[in-house]
Amino acid sequence: MKEKLILIGNGMAGVRTLEELLKIAPDKYDITVFGAEPFGNYNRILLSPVLSGEKTIDDIMLNDLPWYEENNITLHAGKWVTEINRARRTVRTADGIEENYDRLLLATGSNPIILPVPGKDLEGVVSFRDIHDVDAMLAASKSGRHAVVIGGGLLGLEAANGLRQQGMEVTVVHLMDTLMERQLDRPAAGLLKSALEARGLNFLMEARTEAILGEERVKGVRFNDGLEVPADLVVMAVGIRPNTALAEQAGLYCERGVLVNDTMQTYDPRIYAVGECVQHRGATYGLVAPLFEMAKVCANHLAHLGYARYEGSVISTKLKVTGIDLFSAGDFHGDETTEDIVIKDAAQGIYKKLVLKDNRIQGAVLYGDTIDGSWYFQLMREGTNVSDFRDQLLFGQGHLGDSGHSGQNAASAMSDDMEVCGCNGVCKGDVVNAITQKGLFTLEDVRAHTKASSSCGSCTGLVEQILMSTLGNDYSETPARKPLCKCTDYTHEEVRHTIREHHLTSIPDVMAYMEWRNSDGCHVCRPALNYYLISTWPGEARDDYQSRFINERVHANIQKDGTYSVVPRMWGGLTNPAELRAIADVAEKYAIPTVKVTGGQRIDLLGVKKEDLPAVWSDLNKAGMVSGHAYGKSLRTVKTCVGSEWCRFGTQASMGMGVQLEKMAWGSWTPHKFKMAVSGCPRNCAEATIKDFGVVAVDSGWELHVGGNGGVKVRATDLLCKVKTEEEVKEYCGAFLQLYREEGHYLERTAPWIERVGLSYVKEKVVEDEESRKALYARFLESQKFAQQDPWAERAAEQVDRHEFEPLKEVV
Amino acid sequence: MEDIPRLGARVVRTEAGDVAVFRTAGDEIFALRDQCPHKKGPLSQGIIHGKRVTCPLHNWVIELENGQAVAPDEGCTGVYPVKIEAGKVLLGLKQA
Repeated sequence: MKEKLILIGNGMAGVRTLEELLKIAPDKYDITVFGAEPFGNYNRILLSPVLSGEKTIDDIMLNDLPWYEENNITLHAGKWVTEINRARRTVRTADGIEENYDRLLLATGSNPIILPVPGKDLEGVVSFRDIHDVDAMLAASKSGRHAVVIGGGLLGLEAANGLRQQGMEVTVVHLMDTLMERQLDRPAAGLLKSALEARGLNFLMEARTEAILGEERVKGVRFNDGLEVPADLVVMAVGIRPNTALAEQAGLYCERGVLVNDTMQTYDPRIYAVGECVQHRGATYGLVAPLFEMAKVCANHLAHLGYARYEGSVISTKLKVTGIDLFSAGDFHGDETTEDIVIKDAAQGIYKKLVLKDNRIQGAVLYGDTIDGSWYFQLMREGTNVSDFRDQLLFGQGHLGDSGHSGQNAASAMSDDMEVCGCNGVCKGDVVNAITQKGLFTLEDVRAHTKASSSCGSCTGLVEQILMSTLGNDYSETPARKPLCKCTDYTHEEVRHTIREHHLTSIPDVMAYMEWRNSDGCHVCRPALNYYLISTWPGEARDDYQSRFINERVHANIQKDGTYSVVPRMWGGLTNPAELRAIADVAEKYAIPTVKVTGGQRIDLLGVKKEDLPAVWSDLNKAGMVSGHAYGKSLRTVKTCVGSEWCRFGTQASMGMGVQLEKMAWGSWTPHKFKMAVSGCPRNCAEATIKDFGVVAVDSGWELHVGGNGGVKVRATDLLCKVKTEEEVKEYCGAFLQLYREEGHYLERTAPWIERVGLSYVKEKVVEDEESRKALYARFLESQKFAQQDPWAERAAEQVDRHEFEPLKEVV
Repeated sequence: MEDIPRLGARVVRTEAGDVAVFRTAGDEIFALRDQCPHKKGPLSQGIIHGKRVTCPLHNWVIELENGQAVAPDEGCTGVYPVKIEAGKVLLGLKQA
């Protein structure tokens, strides 16, 4: 017999919990849902567009009635549960339906606060919480002219804007002297008020409502200073209060909300609660992101998995009024211990303020330009020290290092047919449709369904902006803590740390020790684990080829038609007639269709059939060439300019230096690809300042630059230091490489790694602390002993992995 | 069967195109047409995990048992019946 689960409250938090539960334990429970509204589950966040006429109720349905049938869920829609009997484990509705439960889930949400003033019960006085309210408002907008919205917070302003779009004369009444005082500081609130006034809203600030006037139907509102304004509709939007009535009736402990612990259980362990009705560690929440985090945890425990914990949420706010971009998070007022950084350009309608304490972001208010909201929010939640880029912080992430991807950066200015994601050809309209029609809330959801921002990632900020402007204040962000993949809850750091601390040397050991959810992982975690193991235990951990991406398994780059490309190494970009002759011969002998010079000063042979690879390598090996690792998360190339060997401007022998660096570092596996360059003078013809490690010769020695990138987002390097000798260049380079190898996340290039840990940290480990540098360098050289075997020779001459290059059978 | 590495795949060439033969960690054998439903990537070159393979070109995940793409991607590739007898893999090449 299946256990019985009853959900009270057919809203977003409760139903999301069921969805999460069905994903991980589809057959565990017989599920019954009681909902007070006569609908399926709809997207409450999108009530504002329904009010303004941009959407209909059908557009915002998340789970329609057939969904409940398909999942064998009994839905009692339009039924009020009035009683829970915990001793008998039953619930009962107002009209006498009684059901028993093994587990009960409360998701009763919250109620709007109704001011206790005379006339509050008149016809035409509504709140703004559900479809019923919206219907009442729409009806009033057809017959009446004047609307008064009490409450200048998020909800009130959205309601006011919607009613204005329906053609009503709207007056917003607010108790305080600035709007949205819980989310905005004074200057931002001022800009907002002017913008809303320009759209035709009227404001009465510092106004205390004394009475609502009228006989049966509302006629006006009177304030404590005696002022009276006419009203055909009054919307109360002064706040919400967790709905705890049922829980209190059942004797569950409640304060402001129903008290729950980190596993979302109330004081009765058979009864769980999620959503706006709960109080967790003293906090109550009214935004959707925390509710979804709770839902995930609750489902985990309902499924008897028992490892997830809810530890509270840090929230940010956005306003969803078309054309007005607003973002706020954290403590944006600050005090005597904090510092403000502010930009204000009233003419352009832009205001940005960050509050810092000890070089860490405490809070942010953005008005007009919110593209960097999620970046600031992430820096805030992760407590990142911003001192290294503080002077550029307010200009945004796009301005760090260099100009960045030249795409659009203001989603609101885009039309539906404009392209958002250039890699996958996704337009703004596609993203908006997917969000509204498929009920998506997170960046991950949008990536999975539309592919937007899932390839190079440079449009991530834009996609997040579209999510924000479509869902408004309630879109749910990617959580701060990023698990390595879906197979585990542990982060990259935790996995690495455990591998080192507990001396784990194989993928099955890591998965068993860290309780991986899928016994052989997935395509995301296996390559990462393999890298962490071989980089932590060189010579000891076995390289697991089945956990490597195909390119690193067969030491060539897979192409779109399933053929491969081959790039032999040319040390420092130097070659000679014998090598070129060998390449030409190979290209002819194996009918290789394309021969191309690469960006890294090498020659690429494209379109090689897989079964020809060992023979191609064998011929190249005979001419003295080895694998160029153009396919790997590894040292790629060292570009050089001709330097003092030939150039009349050259100050140092850059070709020789480049060859030395490449001979030292070739064959090493790194978290992501790693590129180097050496220029012989500050004219920098080798473009060293957009490489992971760039060397620029000057008359007195060598400048060492790190963390550059010429790809998706151009980032110029940061200057690490200046050294005198070639030996020093090698030592610093090896130490830097090793620090990155030991601490970079798998698939994290040096540019984002340095932005994550800070240049000061890298300088401390590689430049300032000589002992640390020498130790890093020694570890690098040690690990190179195991890395510098030519994989091509192994396969061509020693027949390693022969099965990779031969068909199992030919049936013709 | 020993000719196919665990968590690996080999290709059988046929007149009707390549067939990818997969071996899981639990020594189960599956055979699919060696073409991803997305852009025809060679599934035999992908990473195998559980009873799924990830296409090497754009990371679509395909179920080995029925050739279906894992949601939210949509698509399907042909499945061939497989039998194991005394360590030998028998492949039914009339497409199921």
